[in-house]
Formats: sequence, C-alpha cells, structure tokens
Amino acid sequence: MATLGAAWSITVQGFLSILLLPWLIVSASLVVVWVGIPMLAVSLSLLRALSMSQRRVAGRILGIRPDPPYRRVDGQGPLADLRVRLADPATYRDALWLLISVCIGFALGIVALVFYLVLPIGVLASPTMVRTYLTFGSFVLRRTDTEAMAERIDELSTSRAETVDTQAAEIRRIERDLHDGAQARLVALSMNLGLAEQMMDKDPGLTRELIAESRQSASVALTDLRGLVRGIHPPVLADRGLVGGLQALALAAPLEVDVDAVLLGRAPAPVESAVYFAVAEVLTNAAKHSGSRSAWVWLRHSADRLSVSVGDGGIGGAVANPGGGLHGIERRLAAFDGTVTVASPIGGPTVISMELPCVLSSEKI
Amino acid sequence: MRVVIGEDLALLRDGLIRLLRAHDFDVVEAVDNGPSLLRALVSHRPDVGIVDVRLPPTFTDEGLRAAIEARRQVPGLPILVLSQYVEQLYARELLAGGQGGIGYLLKDRISDLDQFVEAVRRVAGGGTAMDPEVIAQLLARPRAATPLAGLTPRETEVLGLMAEGRSNAAIAGRMFITEKAVGKHTAAIFSKLDLPVSEDDNRRVLAVIKYLDQ
Repeated sequence: MATLGAAWSITVQGFLSILLLPWLIVSASLVVVWVGIPMLAVSLSLLRALSMSQRRVAGRILGIRPDPPYRRVDGQGPLADLRVRLADPATYRDALWLLISVCIGFALGIVALVFYLVLPIGVLASPTMVRTYLTFGSFVLRRTDTEAMAERIDELSTSRAETVDTQAAEIRRIERDLHDGAQARLVALSMNLGLAEQMMDKDPGLTRELIAESRQSASVALTDLRGLVRGIHPPVLADRGLVGGLQALALAAPLEVDVDAVLLGRAPAPVESAVYFAVAEVLTNAAKHSGSRSAWVWLRHSADRLSVSVGDGGIGGAVANPGGGLHGIERRLAAFDGTVTVASPIGGPTVISMELPCVLSSEKI
Repeated sequence: MRVVIGEDLALLRDGLIRLLRAHDFDVVEAVDNGPSLLRALVSHRPDVGIVDVRLPPTFTDEGLRAAIEARRQVPGLPILVLSQYVEQLYARELLAGGQGGIGYLLKDRISDLDQFVEAVRRVAGGGTAMDPEVIAQLLARPRAATPLAGLTPRETEVLGLMAEGRSNAAIAGRMFITEKAVGKHTAAIFSKLDLPVSEDDNRRVLAVIKYLDQ
C-alpha cells in the first residue's frame, strides 16, 4: 500500500515540476537583466525542496538514506549562496531530474493511480512501475563518490581542528593546575623544611611546628595531584577498563546509578577515556538538572560499534546548546566518528545515546 | 609480627621496610610484582601483608587481585592495601568476603606514623582500617542519606570513625570524650539505623560498612 502513497507523491511532484520548469527557464534567461537573479535563487530553492521530497519518497520505498548531496553554503549573503549553488553539480542533476519528472513522472504517477483503481492489475503492475521510476530518479539524484568524499573530508577537518583545540585547552588547564596547586605547595614545603633545618638548634618548638606544617602541605599536594590524575586518566579506568570505570563512576555519582555494561575485551584507551568522561558529564548533568534521584547506564558492543546510553527519570528538556556540556560531548566523540542522540521531551525521561566505531582488543594488555 | 610487603617502587618499598623495622615488625619478604606477591603471601602466611594496588607486570590492579586471591586460598589472611588513590569499587571487593583483617588506605596516611602503625596492628589483629576518604564517599551516597539524616552531627562523626575501623577507645581519644559517651552514641546509632547490636568491635564495623554500602 506504501507504493500507492508513493504514486500519489510522484503525481504531485510531477505536477509541481510542470509548474517549476518554465519558471526556472524564464528566471535563468532573465539573469542577464538583474530581475533574474532573485528569481533564480527562489526557483533553485524550490527545485531543491522538490528533489529532496523525491529523495525522501525513494528512501522510504527503496530503503536507502535520503542524504542531501549539496555543497554547504556559508550564509555569506544571498549572492554568494547562489554562486555556490550554481557551481554545485548536484544542482544540474536536480534540473535533469526535473525534466524527467515533467516528461515521465507526472504521466507515470497518474497511470499508476488509475491502475490501482482497476484491481487487480494495479496491485501487480503499479508497485513495479513506481519502484522502477524511483530507482531511476534516485540514480539521477544520487550523491557521487567524489561528493561523498568531499563531505567526509570536510567533516574530518572540522573534527580534527576541534580535537586539536580541545587538547590544547586541556593541556593548558593541566599546566595551570600543576603550577598553582602541587607545584606551589611543594615550593612552600621545601621553604618550610629549609627554615626548620636552620631553626633546629635555636628553636626546637618552632621546628616541630614547621615540620608538621610541611607534612600538611605534602598531603594537600598529594590530594591535588590525585584530583588532577583523575581528571586526566582515571586510574580505575586504566586498571579495569570501561566496565570497571563505569561501575566506579556509578558508585561515586551523587545519584543512584544502575549499571548494565557488557564488553568482551577492552576498547582502545582513548575511546575508554572519551566514553568515561562523556558518561561522567551526563551523570553530573542528570544530578544537577533532571531532579531525578536515580539514573541508569547501559553499554554494549556489537558489529564493531560501541553503544552507550545514559538515562534518568527526571523532568527532561535537555538540549545540546553550543558551549554546553552535551555539545562538548558531541565534539569529543566526533573525534572518534561518534554520534550523540538526545531524547529528552519536556516532562522526561531523558535518554542520551552515544555510538562510536571501535574494535575491541583481548582482555589483557 | 611477620610482614610481607608488595610494592614496586624501590623508594617506597625501602621506606616501608625501614619504618616497619623501626617499629619492631619483622619484614619476612618484600616483593615487587603480582605473581611473586601471591606466592609470598601464600607460602609465608604472614601476620599481615602490606600490598600496593598497582604492580607489575600489568601495572593495573595486579596487587589487589593477588591480595584477593591469597585470601581465597588462605581465608582471613590479614591484608592492608595501600594505594595512591582509593576507589569504592575496590573497597567493596576487599570487604566482599564479610571477613575482617582488611585495610584499605591512601599511601599519604603513612606520613602519620602512629596512626599508620596502629592501622597495621589493627588489621593484623583481624580488624579493619578503611580510609576516611572511602567512608566519606559512603556517607555521601544518596541511598544512605535518608536514615542517616536522623543522626546528630556527633553521631555521624562517631559512625564515620567506627566505619574506618576504630575501637571505642580510639574514637573516644580522637573526639576528646569518654569511652562511655562513645558507647552511648554507638547504641543510639545502631538503634536509629536498625542494626543488630554486637559487642565484638570487628563485627560491628563490618555491619556498619555493609549497611553504608548497600
């Protein structure tokens, strides 16, 4: 029955194509006079909307992904956008499809619809016609390998730049923490010890005090260092891998966390670390904003993909704002080609799902 | 008192040996990796084993695994685990057998010699020595919060010290109150948390930790 809907869509698209084609031709020829420029911009947008709707119908019937094949426009004014679109080969494939839609699509759609009325021929013939037409259409509208590659390169450059930025910022933070924390305390400590050495004979009471103070300094420095190490690479993660790390995280979380994690082997250390900190961030958010007293963590690995979900029974409404925690997780996982999906309707519950490609190694390092 | 040490950093190992010998402990063997540690613990059956969590060859939680395995082979073998950091997960695993003779302390605690030596003796005597940081984390757990909210600040302090494994006398000394007052506090705590009263210090401690770690 889905093909009946598709036949109807093809007919409507064909009809709209018949209206759009002359408009496109007129605006293209009027470009020499300035009026054609805005007309062309409008008609190209309409053309895109129409071909995207064909992609979606084809995607539904043929089970392929309706990826838009267009080059990215930077939004630097309508004229620059128009220039990008005119240089984009996808635009010309859209135009070719428009022609096909006018010549074949409209007629084929109507015939398929009429056939449906004349059961049982329609039930046999129409789906084949619709599928053949959609397959042909998708072939014309497909994203070429070069385009797919160009887009991938674009994505990779962006995520690489972000990774480099994040790492540089992280190293600066560590340097500052060491400088103001442990390092400063060790300086104070050695000063105290030096003074104690001088005072040993003159004032044993003061010496004792100075030494006690030094010990205090040493223990605070150690606490600082422990905190710092946890922030860089939590020891439990190194010891036990992701499953142990997540369990430890759950025990330390300010809310009750149920962990269901199964992993036959160990993920690469950078992936372990990224997932650990992502889950830590999500749990912290849940404790702060969800109003829920409990949460759950779920982790599995199959078909070379690691899937992690974190949920709570709170009030929902979580969004990935630029600069926010969720956005940070997206950027961190992007470095591994990972994705983050947020499902958080108002009223809850919130489920944050993360997925990233990863190959497990055997249990022992 | 016979001691086996498992610590891979020579600096710390020698320091520990010197420190323990100065306090009349007999260090029968000091090893620097997991497999030899397990062998030493099982063959010497010391009065107490002092074990670093992270040891070669894997540099993960080799020491902890060796300690747990040794206690499986020699039930009740007293072990004091030392580490640069404490994890509740590990504390839970060490306590899982429900037996005493277990300690889990940050390495920093060694700097307070009297306390450290006291902890070693306590563990050797079948008691427990849990790091204040572990207990603080346990007390901060949300599920423990509801009944714990009914305790007075004094009682919470006593509960914390008790969970670390200290005796009534030690708690009294630390809080500058009489032992009798401590006894009153503990009775109040046990009735508020609905725990079975026990005269045995050690069993009492394990009951408290188990309660907090549910």
